[in-house]
Amino acid sequence: MFNLDGQVIPFQEGDTIMDAAMRAGVYIPHLCHDPEFTPHGSCKLCTVKVNGRNCSACTFPAAANQTVFNNSEELNEIRLTLTQMLFVEGNHFCPSCEKSGNCQLQGVGYELGMLDTHFPLFYPQRQMDASHPDILLDRDRCILCSLCVRASRDVDGKNVFAISGRGIHSELVVNAESGLLEDTDLSADDRAAHICPVGAIIVKRHGFEAPIGERLFDHQTVGEWSLDQFDTGEQAWQRD
Amino acid sequence: MGTDTMHVEIIRNTLARHRAEPTRLLQILRDVQDHFHQIPSFAMPVIAEETGVPIAQVRGVTEFYSFLSTAKQGRFHLLVSDSISDHLLGSRDIAAYLSQKLGVAIGQTRPDERVSVDYTSCTGLCDQGPAGLVNGHWIPHLTHARIDRIADLIERDIALSEWPEELFLVDDNIHKHGLLLNSELPLGAALRKGLQQGADATLAAIEKSGLRGRGGAGFPTAGKWRFCRQEAGEHIVVCNADEGEPGTFKDRVLLNQYAHGVFEGMTICAATIGANKGFLYLRGEYRHLRPQLEAILNTRREQQLLGADIVGQAGFDFDIEIHLGAGAYICGEESALIESLEGKRGVPRNRPPYPVTSGYLGKPTVVNNVETFLAAALITLHGGEWFAVHGTGKSCGTKILSICGDCANPGIYEYPFGVTIREILQDCGAENTQGIQVGGPSGTFIGANEFNRTLAFEDLATGGSFIVFDQTRNVLEIARNFTHFFAHESCGFCTPCRVGTSLLRNLLDKICDGHGTAGDMLELSRLATQIKHASHCGLGQTASNPVLSTLERFPEIYQAHLKTTTFEPGFNLDKALETSRRLTGRDDAQAHLETEGM
Ligand SMILES: Cc1cc2nc3c(=O)[nH]c(=O)nc-3n(C[C@H](O)[C@H](O)[C@H](O)COP(=O)(O)O)c2cc1C
Ligand code: SF4
Ligand code: SF4
Ligand code: FES
Repeated sequence: MFNLDGQVIPFQEGDTIMDAAMRAGVYIPHLCHDPEFTPHGSCKLCTVKVNGRNCSACTFPAAANQTVFNNSEELNEIRLTLTQMLFVEGNHFCPSCEKSGNCQLQGVGYELGMLDTHFPLFYPQRQMDASHPDILLDRDRCILCSLCVRASRDVDGKNVFAISGRGIHSELVVNAESGLLEDTDLSADDRAAHICPVGAIIVKRHGFEAPIGERLFDHQTVGEWSLDQFDTGEQAWQRD
Repeated sequence: MGTDTMHVEIIRNTLARHRAEPTRLLQILRDVQDHFHQIPSFAMPVIAEETGVPIAQVRGVTEFYSFLSTAKQGRFHLLVSDSISDHLLGSRDIAAYLSQKLGVAIGQTRPDERVSVDYTSCTGLCDQGPAGLVNGHWIPHLTHARIDRIADLIERDIALSEWPEELFLVDDNIHKHGLLLNSELPLGAALRKGLQQGADATLAAIEKSGLRGRGGAGFPTAGKWRFCRQEAGEHIVVCNADEGEPGTFKDRVLLNQYAHGVFEGMTICAATIGANKGFLYLRGEYRHLRPQLEAILNTRREQQLLGADIVGQAGFDFDIEIHLGAGAYICGEESALIESLEGKRGVPRNRPPYPVTSGYLGKPTVVNNVETFLAAALITLHGGEWFAVHGTGKSCGTKILSICGDCANPGIYEYPFGVTIREILQDCGAENTQGIQVGGPSGTFIGANEFNRTLAFEDLATGGSFIVFDQTRNVLEIARNFTHFFAHESCGFCTPCRVGTSLLRNLLDKICDGHGTAGDMLELSRLATQIKHASHCGLGQTASNPVLSTLERFPEIYQAHLKTTTFEPGFNLDKALETSRRLTGRDDAQAHLETEGM
């Protein structure tokens, strides 16, 4: 048992704070995490305060007698800033994005009460890859969460994606001599084609299928959705 | 054979030399870069195929390290240090002169592919700057005259091996010898004593000495070794010679003069924790030292101080391999260093587990600083008491400092912990000192009213960097240099550091360039604090220190740079209209904006 925002949370051997919180129905904001994959710890949205120190809930082991703060003003302010950072780092023109309404970055923005991007936009120039017959890669929307890298490597066994570059020049690259998706064995049935939390990897010819008002986050928050998903064990990719 | 087949053949030979081991990917890429002055696109599939590493990952590693490049560099590739101490000595002018003299823009390769010029974060020669690297080899004391000579050699296409030796001469500049630097260590004496007394006694001696890690964080060394030793399975010893903190160069000198002691310390560690394999992770900038370090390793093998059945003790097998870095400050962080040793991008791991339980290839690993290993060897020889009697309560022994910046005698100084800043300033000949950066960019900037403070883990901790600034220096420019450094060196893994350091850099640039407002200053400290609190590793957690510690001490200097308006855009409004003017063919007065604050 440990204490999370005053609530007593049971945990099992090997649990991270995120695992235990989710099982207890407590939402900790996250973007690079999916309970099915090895935690990555890169987006830092799940930052919680454990015994006075900031840690990533998705990677930090739960332990007895921990005092953890999650839903505090200070942490939510950090999370808001991080979300704004992700928005300005890429080119997120939501009104024209097929993922709008189903996008977790947007969802987290709503959850945290984000009203503007706050920071000057970077307007990066990144390469779009539309070469694959069924799948589109729009790097402008990539938040470098590495979920596609993990899904392709660990579930599909294909290693289609990797992160390249350093610092602010980091980018998602494709595992082919040409660097193009059409030269990989990525298929629209792959887990990696459906795991992207934003609109960076999308399956073609499925855009705007749900009308406004019936999209994922039109009637539930990203928090409710991710807890619900955890409960039913249903996968995000089976839904969109 | 056609040229293409020949080129592929060269790559295959390189791969064969490294047994095409995935863990040697970075070493393979370094050799390919040396040969072709780039990682050519035809190399990647061959490397991927033979090592079994996905081609995207080969590219990922290539594009992570500053010294690897997909674009063609010149046969003579010149880098000028961008470290603050080199700035003070005029490195920017030097780079401009170099670029003009050779007819190549900074960051470019000359069309004839003979030469390219660029900046690099730090060369580790802060005591003899402005310094640079040519094809990875040090060139200190860059002056116009020396550049004329270099340019002449390049224009005459004289091979680097034929250049006058004197151009590459680097001084050790040891100005103050203390406990460690004065000690003689007869070859193998500490190791023999260690083996004779046994691991428990060695650990007890190190514990008694109070030795704490010299790489900055100060973790008790005996504790680290003990934790590691408790773990089952094969163990690894790693010496962290990445020394990327600008202003730190003590490990360069230790490796140049005291390498036997360092290797002996590693071997004692191996005997204590039960390791068979050791690595020296040598920063790319120190490749000049490699041949002599290899020679020392060979001597030690001949003397039975490395290899099988060391000093006749059956079953004690241990050897040390040198791994060369490739220009990435983050690889000094121990878990990023381990990733890099495994041939990957230098991205810090999640903790726990810590390296002592799961390090190199998942094996229990001790990572220690160069100075820590040297100290451990001498402590083993002389006993814990010998060391513990020096220093302060929580910081035993001495600390080796690299001093540079505005002082008469930059170089290496060894002091017992507890020494005051004032005393150090006197010794190195610093006058009219405005402030000091203690512990490098990630450390603390202290002002003149703090010179009574002491060097110790309980007051001012340091990995060894000590940069002095006199009254003529602009504090904002110092903070700006460091902030640019961190933005450049962020590994890019986590959001707060990847994006935050760039935002912080841009905001500070805006203020330094005279476009900042009161709002920007508030924003500066808010952003700096959040990056500090949300980042994944020590780099991001300290990247804001230059801003925070100068904001705290010199708010008036920042204030003086602000506009009196409440809002000033971060971009030039008039310039933003340039495209529209071009499209509409207008360039009259009314198509321009006066860009003043609103
Ligand atoms: C960004 C960063 C860079 C670092 N660079 C170095 C370095 O160059 N040398 C070093 O010994 N430790 C460096 N460290 C500290 C190491 O992670 C580690 O604590 C140290 O090597 C442990 O050795 P010690 O116990 O002997 O100090 C760095 C840490 C960070 C976060
Ligand atoms: S493409 Fe999508 S899943 Fe892949 S790293 Fe980018 S944001 Fe994450
Ligand atoms: S803090 Fe910076 S250097 Fe460290 S993991 Fe994050 S991005 Fe990389
Ligand atoms: S969800 Fe934990 S760091 Fe991204």
